[in-house]
Amino acid sequence: MGILEVKNVGKRFGGLQALGDVNLSVKENSVHAIIGPNGAGKSTLLNCLVGKLIPDTGSVMFDGQSVLGRAPYEINQMGISRVFQTPEIFGDLSVLENMMIPCFAKRDGAFEMNAFSDVMSQKDVLEKAEHMLEEMNMADKRHMHAAAMSRGDKRRLEIGMCLSQEPRLLLLDEPTAGMARADTNNTIDLLKEISDQRDITIAIIEHDMHVVFSLANRITVLAQGTPLVEDDPENIRGNPKVREAYLGETA
Amino acid sequence: MFKLEKTDLSLLVIVAVLTMFAPFILNPFPADSAMAQFNAGYPDLMQRFVIFGVFAIGFNILFGLTGYLSFGHAAFLGVGSYAAVWMFKLLSMNVVPAIILSVIVAGLFSLVIGFVSLRRSGIYFSILTLAFAQMMFALAYSVLTPITGGETGLQLALDDPRILGVSQTAGGNIPVPSIFGLEMRSSAELALGAWSFTFNVGYYFCALIMLVSFYVAIRIFRSPFGMMLRAVKSNQQRMNYTGLNSKPYTLAAFVISGMYAGLAGGLMASMDPLAGAERMQWTASGEVVLMTILGGVGTLIGPVLGAGFIKYFENIFSKINSTILHEWFAFLPDGLEDLLVNVLYPFIGKGWHLTLGILFMLVVIYLPGGLVEGGQRVNGWFRNRGAKKSTTKTTPAE
Ligand SMILES: Nc1ncnc2c1ncn2[C@@H]1O[C@H](COP(=O)(O)OP(=O)(O)O)[C@@H](O)[C@H]1O
Ligand SMILES: [Mg+2]
Repeated sequence: MGILEVKNVGKRFGGLQALGDVNLSVKENSVHAIIGPNGAGKSTLLNCLVGKLIPDTGSVMFDGQSVLGRAPYEINQMGISRVFQTPEIFGDLSVLENMMIPCFAKRDGAFEMNAFSDVMSQKDVLEKAEHMLEEMNMADKRHMHAAAMSRGDKRRLEIGMCLSQEPRLLLLDEPTAGMARADTNNTIDLLKEISDQRDITIAIIEHDMHVVFSLANRITVLAQGTPLVEDDPENIRGNPKVREAYLGETA
Repeated sequence: MFKLEKTDLSLLVIVAVLTMFAPFILNPFPADSAMAQFNAGYPDLMQRFVIFGVFAIGFNILFGLTGYLSFGHAAFLGVGSYAAVWMFKLLSMNVVPAIILSVIVAGLFSLVIGFVSLRRSGIYFSILTLAFAQMMFALAYSVLTPITGGETGLQLALDDPRILGVSQTAGGNIPVPSIFGLEMRSSAELALGAWSFTFNVGYYFCALIMLVSFYVAIRIFRSPFGMMLRAVKSNQQRMNYTGLNSKPYTLAAFVISGMYAGLAGGLMASMDPLAGAERMQWTASGEVVLMTILGGVGTLIGPVLGAGFIKYFENIFSKINSTILHEWFAFLPDGLEDLLVNVLYPFIGKGWHLTLGILFMLVVIYLPGGLVEGGQRVNGWFRNRGAKKSTTKTTPAE
């Protein structure tokens, strides 16, 4: 049993069958990549996992519990954190505040009416946020306006925010899309470090083969809403079916 | 002190000093000089300054922190006023229970209206709040007349039951609102040479409540709850995917600001024990939006400044008429005098709205941070000049 079990998931948008009959099993502590051509349904699948979409059929189990019908914040509290295709951070807040918010969510839950104590007097949260900023190498930027940072830094911050919640499953939707090579390599290194040093499972949607083969130890290929194959990276590389569907080459 | 950061504490102290000395500060001109009409230090206006200050401080907790723009907050002020007057009629002329009931009733109304309106965001939220407020206004005017007094408004009468008090004073009058015997309307006068100053119980009562409201707002702004409200404004998507339920946060902010509005309404009724439906009209809701934006959305002091600014204009500019203008420019040759008066006339008296409108546009376009941003710019400019001066001074010494 994997930590995430997706069974017979289907999703239809009007006349379009975005997801056909998806089965997917993500093993605990693995880095599982989901690849496939544009429009294959990768983002749709991910949205079904985090409560943004509810699939028409099938089931999604995380750690033995169904996530279907739960709100995004509830699924997050179960231990699934998500990194978006374009970094989603609190642009109007400082970098430190950005990091403190997930720490509060972890400590106090989905809602806490803590209206009369000073933020800076919450030493445990403050320390944890500072610590995470150091780990992300952005301690010097703590008082910066988050919106003023470079895209690479925003991505780093977002990943750090997700990690500070100590999630069991980290989902990433094309985390290197639109990044320069150097930033892409930094992100690869960061994710490698994360999966090596933490007790965490990573599921990553990616377009860039370089990223996929540097990180993943399991790959699912999605085409037209259905999984084509699920296998180890070495077998995927040479698989003619994958080459045909994904790389557009005729065998 | 008060568990506040240094800058916040000094802000609180400044506001406290300004409100406590307001009778002096607002009456800078001798009582019978030509400039006396610019004096704002009379009880009625000073009370309005601080009461609308309370209203705007509360509104800013919703609008400034979460970004949800309510166009119906006057409704909560209105129900607060009605609740207070009913308390005067039925229970006692003491303002304390009246104000407590105002806050509770406004809180309940805002809980229901907020719950429904917050199902939408952006312009749809604003429209929903506006619709609710207009509905309440219309009901107060018509079918709810037994409770609201309809068009005449809710007033005290000589035969009010008043459980803990008398229906009439010994002289056969309606008693007046008081706090444990001290009448809200009583004042002390101080004459210093040509100047005269009025110290009014009602004003000081409202001012103290405003200071407490301001203090509570500072604490909310600096709290984890306040940070979550700013997170709502900044990125709700990220918030929800960070395990936080943005709904109860926004609703709590809505209810808190509704309670502030109810408090303001209760204070209004305590100064003058009557309540009318016009307090709930959409123009009144719009006014608090203007106050907050003019002063500086999301800043602590901005709403108070905006409230004072608008109330000053409303009461002082609207009183200048053409006779007064002619007096001012009497020293000029007749033709020029008439010309100037005719040019200025549209901006004064009933035309004060025009002046306010122009000022509002100028602020929104050139100072999006409101009067607070204006103050910061002036301050920065002085500091820069000061810094330059001190460097030029120290250089030769080296
Ligand atoms: N909310 C939606 N409404 C209608 N169609 C959608 C929606 N989201 C995605 N689709 C369609 O579903 C298909 C799969 O999209 P998506 O999951 O974004 O693909 P990928 O991420 O693999 O590129 C596409 O054809 C897309 O146009
Ligand atoms: Mg996609």
